[in-house]
Amino acid sequence: MSFFIDGLSWALLIIGGFICFSGAIGIHRFPEFFSRMHAASVTDTLGSGLILIGLMLQTGGEVIVLVKLILILLFILITSPTASHALAKAALHGGLRPMQGSHKNDKEDVLNKFGRQNTSDDEQ
Amino acid sequence: MKKKTNLRYIISLIVVLSLIWIGNSGFFNGLLLSLGAVSVAFVVFMAFRLNILDEESQPLQVSRRIIVYWLWLLKALVESNLSVIKRIWKGPKSLDPVVARLPMSQETDMGKTIYANSITLTPGTTTLDIEGDTMIVYALSYDAIEYLQGGDMDRRVKRLEE
Repeated sequence: MSFFIDGLSWALLIIGGFICFSGAIGIHRFPEFFSRMHAASVTDTLGSGLILIGLMLQTGGEVIVLVKLILILLFILITSPTASHALAKAALHGGLRPMQGSHKNDKEDVLNKFGRQNTSDDEQ
Repeated sequence: MKKKTNLRYIISLIVVLSLIWIGNSGFFNGLLLSLGAVSVAFVVFMAFRLNILDEESQPLQVSRRIIVYWLWLLKALVESNLSVIKRIWKGPKSLDPVVARLPMSQETDMGKTIYANSITLTPGTTTLDIEGDTMIVYALSYDAIEYLQGGDMDRRVKRLEE
């Protein structure tokens, strides 16, 4: 039984590690700020979640450690969208505009009330 | 402006803080328990003075269905994570980012917050702003916007408000 739990825990840790690694690759591969933020949120949610669940299986009946790991998971899941939202809004107020693909809405500029205008990707 | 503080918010804060203290310390001797009691009393007193003991800090009115919603959100979270990871390994050419305005049917601030935060939590979509009953969402691809326009998540959050 303990062998089974150990194996499951190691599988979760390895998959979680791979997902965190993918997130890091994504931060370098994606073209601009807003899409990079999404790559980072992959690490935040599924990557750290799987690693923490893997660690929870390693506690072996120590309730205190388990409670602390659950608290860490809850705090990550609550704070990470708040931080992403604050980052995105700050970037918009600073005048950065997301690069848009083929489905751009040309009729209405939904972001017109933010920050300085027409400074979107000039520096790049 | 001092509003009347409801007793049940005080009780719920005391219960939550005590559980966090016991869960983190794990010792049940007199010294540490009394230190915990003093800390809890101090925090509750500060929260009372700051006038933040209300339904915003202690959302007791959210219905029990939130548990079912969390489980459903977990499934949505895994699916959207997999799609973003696929895009990461395919490279930037697989991206087709879009900003769109979406309607939201929730009436309470709580419902709007849950919906917007759920969208931001799932990778691939971020809520940029809320204006009245619409919100502005940035997504990595158009099918994520189409999925949100389908309104499945919207309806599920709406049901939490009842």
